[in-house]
Amino acid sequence: MIITKPRDWQRILANLAEVNAKSVFLIGCGECATVADTGGEKELLQAKERLEEAGYSVSGWTVSAVTCHLGGTKLEMRKHAQEVEAADAVLVLTCGAGVQTVAEGVSKPVFPGLESAFLGNVQRHGVFEERCQMCGDCVLDKTGAICPVTTCPKGLLNGPCGGMWNGMCEVLTDRECAHVKISRRLAEQGRGHRSVIPPKDYSAKRNPGSVNMRGRK
Amino acid sequence: MSGLREALARGEFVITGEVAPPHGTDCSAMLASVAKLAPVCHAINVTDNQGATLHISSIAASRLLVDSGCNCEPIFQQTCRDRNRLALQGDLLGAWALGLENVLLVSGDDPRGGDHTQAKGVFDLDSTLLMEVATGLNAGVDMTGAALDGATDFLIGGALFPEVEPWEIQLDRALQKVEAGAMFFQTQGITDVEKFARAAEALRPTGVKLIAGIVLLKSPGVIRFINERLPGMMIPEHISDRIAAADDPLEESIRLAREQVRELREIADGVHIMPLGADGAVARILEGAGLA
Repeated sequence: MIITKPRDWQRILANLAEVNAKSVFLIGCGECATVADTGGEKELLQAKERLEEAGYSVSGWTVSAVTCHLGGTKLEMRKHAQEVEAADAVLVLTCGAGVQTVAEGVSKPVFPGLESAFLGNVQRHGVFEERCQMCGDCVLDKTGAICPVTTCPKGLLNGPCGGMWNGMCEVLTDRECAHVKISRRLAEQGRGHRSVIPPKDYSAKRNPGSVNMRGRK
Repeated sequence: MSGLREALARGEFVITGEVAPPHGTDCSAMLASVAKLAPVCHAINVTDNQGATLHISSIAASRLLVDSGCNCEPIFQQTCRDRNRLALQGDLLGAWALGLENVLLVSGDDPRGGDHTQAKGVFDLDSTLLMEVATGLNAGVDMTGAALDGATDFLIGGALFPEVEPWEIQLDRALQKVEAGAMFFQTQGITDVEKFARAAEALRPTGVKLIAGIVLLKSPGVIRFINERLPGMMIPEHISDRIAAADDPLEESIRLAREQVRELREIADGVHIMPLGADGAVARILEGAGLA
């Protein structure tokens, strides 16, 4: 899931001031931002309270089921059309994908209410770890299903680097070196020594990514 | 022709030193170091934004060493941290065109530990892959396999960490680097000659040359810095106690370095002395070890 973090509140207030907003509509997400405790019902109500304390009126709020889903979010915005119409700006407590989806569905200024952090594994409630960067050129087949691109802070395909000490990472000193983990897992599985992983094909991850499985014949 | 290459090929015990390019345009301190080191060194490493902190580019500083009039041969260091594969190859070709024949290719320290902590660490390649690239440039082809209009003929070096555990993983990595084209290794500072000997024994059959690192542990403060900040090296207690107990820590560190050089002379192809500013000590270490 997409992990989001709270955004600097002063930046949010500055954004609203840029468009002289007096009234704000709030929208969150029923998927990732709800699980991350950043953009669910509870956080929207907190944001509403903070905005009201700062002198704004909140014309309404909603949690879209999956905010990055264009059809569903447009429908959700239509359900709240009057409240959106009454607002000078829309504040979106979702990842950046959700913010842009909302902005496609309304004509008002739309601002991000969170920072998008990473594609995260949910280790347990409230504990998220980045394991995949969606690089488009997966090397997990060669690394015992441990991603060095993501979990080595330098993203080295071949390691360890010179900073590893007693199996621990130089940069994140409380963590085991990703390359040590990889070597150990491969050895445990009898998969022998690591071969050199060739340079990554970064053309596989060019912006903006686009997949269309509905291509017409 | 690289004098370092010739000396290694002859089986001479080589001496390398190290200078850091300045943070700014005043190169006088660096060149003063060069003047002290050049007479006693076969070659001098020129670091590349060492510690992920901003300095004059290694390629420019390396050329300044050639032009210094000190009869000095630089080892151009290149990290993977600050450049993508286009820039790395472009700089390697440029280095060769500028007369830089020795390169030390490393991954590089993470920007989080440097002075530009908001910088993007590039790491498009890692040190092993960069060695493969340099080997390709030596053969006249770029990374895409396209023929170059003029090849390089670098003496390719890499970094080795003989005291880092787990050693089996380090050794695998070193063997990968040899396969990728490493012709010599310079090691992190050695504190345990037996561990260096272990590395030498394992790598000797490959023919790669091993230049053992000697860090001048000139004060308890330096030891603290190494233990807290320098990747891949920890000073054991018996050494830190010895320096701390000395009336004159600098003199004691010179004595220690001499002992290390004497021991390493039997098993290494050379020593890489990192004087950490005490450049004048290098000649004294070598004299005391019977090398100058």
